Amino acid sequence: MKFIDEYRDKDASLRYSELIKDITTKKWNIMEVCGGQTHAIVKYGIDELLPPEIRLIHGPGCPVCVTSLELIDKSIEIASSKDVIFCSFGDMLRVPGSKKDLLQVKAEGGDVRMMYSPLDAVKIAKENPGKEVVFFAVGFETTAPANAMAVYQAKEQGINNFSILVSHVLVPPAMEAILSSKNNLVQGFLAAGHVCAVMGYNEYYPIAEKYKVPVVVTGFEPLDILQGIYMVVKQLEEGRHEVENQYSRAVNKEGNLNAQSIVSKVFKIGNRKWRGIGEIPNSGLVLQDDYINYDASLKFGLAELVVDEPKECISGIILQGLKTPHECEAFGKICTPEHPLGATMVSSEGACAAYYRYRKK
Amino acid sequence: MKEFNLQCPIPINDYPKVLLAHGGGGKLMHNLIEKMFSAAFSNDILKQDHDSAQIVLSGNKIAFTTDSYVVKPIFFPGGDIGSLAVNGTVNDLSMSAAIPNYLSLGLIIEEGFGMNELWMVVQSIAASARAAGVKIATGDTKVVDNGKGDGIFINTSGIGVIEHKLNISPRNIQPGDVIILNGDIGRHGIAIMAEREGLEFEHKIVSDCAPLNEIVQNIINSGIDVHCLRDLTRGGLSSTLNELAESSKKEIIIDETAVPVNEDVQGACEILGFDPMYVANEGKFIAIVPAGDADKCLEIMSSHKYGNGSAIIGKIGHENESIVKLKSRIGTMRILDMLSGEQLPRIC
Repeated sequence: MKFIDEYRDKDASLRYSELIKDITTKKWNIMEVCGGQTHAIVKYGIDELLPPEIRLIHGPGCPVCVTSLELIDKSIEIASSKDVIFCSFGDMLRVPGSKKDLLQVKAEGGDVRMMYSPLDAVKIAKENPGKEVVFFAVGFETTAPANAMAVYQAKEQGINNFSILVSHVLVPPAMEAILSSKNNLVQGFLAAGHVCAVMGYNEYYPIAEKYKVPVVVTGFEPLDILQGIYMVVKQLEEGRHEVENQYSRAVNKEGNLNAQSIVSKVFKIGNRKWRGIGEIPNSGLVLQDDYINYDASLKFGLAELVVDEPKECISGIILQGLKTPHECEAFGKICTPEHPLGATMVSSEGACAAYYRYRKK
Repeated sequence: MKEFNLQCPIPINDYPKVLLAHGGGGKLMHNLIEKMFSAAFSNDILKQDHDSAQIVLSGNKIAFTTDSYVVKPIFFPGGDIGSLAVNGTVNDLSMSAAIPNYLSLGLIIEEGFGMNELWMVVQSIAASARAAGVKIATGDTKVVDNGKGDGIFINTSGIGVIEHKLNISPRNIQPGDVIILNGDIGRHGIAIMAEREGLEFEHKIVSDCAPLNEIVQNIINSGIDVHCLRDLTRGGLSSTLNELAESSKKEIIIDETAVPVNEDVQGACEILGFDPMYVANEGKFIAIVPAGDADKCLEIMSSHKYGNGSAIIGKIGHENESIVKLKSRIGTMRILDMLSGEQLPRIC
């Protein structure tokens, strides 16, 4: 397929693999931030094309994985309520809460619907004035513009039976949390290309400077990732720590200004609890005061609900790159995609699920 | 006295209610069939583990199968629930290389379903039966209350005669055998998905729904020593290969670049976050044949109208390891796993 196959080309991939081997003289730990990149790395076996000195650490960039148990339980509580149509992106439906997941709520008679766009949920709200329609607004900066637009449209059209359960997370604070951790191993980043398509990459200059780490904005196809790794290794080997853009066909420095403007109109920055990591200050988006009536957590009186994470699951340690899924006692034994203990096993972009699916043995 | 085991074999704690994924063609359904149904009905014929049961009646070898159809939308590009109900059952019989003869037709219709739509479905059933050379020999009609069905559900059972002397079964798969696929994958699933989601493409993606009895008979009549046949329906190529690896206890190696995928289907999969390897088909099958017969088989398949784009996609590896490996596009090797539930679209 045009514009896809070119980036999955075998010969070009092997050439980059050789180039990386040629310039690597030391051991380097590189984190790919985005779950989409983790998925591609494991799916295409990209790490097998790297010299043994290069270790890829799978970052916290899967929104499904980092959504706190607390929010999952809230979603289940809301979806189980009478006269509610609960709408969500597909891969949230199977994420286990404390007791069950949204698919089970559906099996028990809850009206749980899978959506491709939050605007579809607004349309459903308009068509069902007798029901409360709630959209599970999950994601990084990539999905924030569409979710903001849904709330904006609902308000403009006076649709009051629509609300969102906000679970938005931001990439740069998570990168800082990792870098400032005393256990940090990460020496360079492949930044998440699609987040940067929205936000640009100005935010990364202070991070690269403060922590002396190279940051390369990187795409999602095998060749993108190999080139991104090459650019990070080159910087590391040359002692540089700059922000570079591998994914220039989709990303520019300023990002998508229209998208940013709707996001800041509807959302403001707030604290956010990450599954397996804990609360990171200023790492999420919450609704602006003007849009507070669209906050499902408040509407359904769930603001005070607090839930702790299960003890056996080490997804937090995995998300920080301190262990690989294979090093988890539960991996593939009591924790499988059918019985996930933590969200990294649920989403196809989670590190544990990717390892389970593509390299069990 | 023999003790009855009253405990449900599917752990109630995990699944107190049936989920959609229990019918999705992946691991959950596989477990349900194995642990509940096979355990409860255990007999030598069920153990054949095949698309249709092969039974002997008064000395005649017969293939027997049944399938239910609940597709939504009822009408989709390239077919409808009627053509699906005929071709699906014809194909299950064809995978034993039986010559399909008679189908039964069970209709469960929801009160309020349009009479004109019903007529269109019935005409489609009649046309598909004619095309496949089968007769609708018996039938049943039930109407359920409004809201208790989804328009129309159809069940068809079918019987066919087995005239060949081959042993077509997963257990007859041999190391070194070659796997041939009769064309590009994923059309049916994507055609349905596009219709449901209102996605539009440059060329409309049309379901591959088709009867496979003739193309299979062409292979059999040419004298090829077919070891196994399997159609790729729910769960797609990947689930079928995993089932075969499991029941034959063999390693299967697939070359990703050799598996044909239509460009529009590929594009839709990229948008929806699907992998065509897991998308449903209704007119695709794989033939597993000895390496020496592979070229001849490929030629016969390619020359049939339902074999356009046939390709050799892989081979059977060594014994005693039930695993499907995929040689990826960039030359690395990975596992091609069975899907655990429904394929869910990704967030980003």
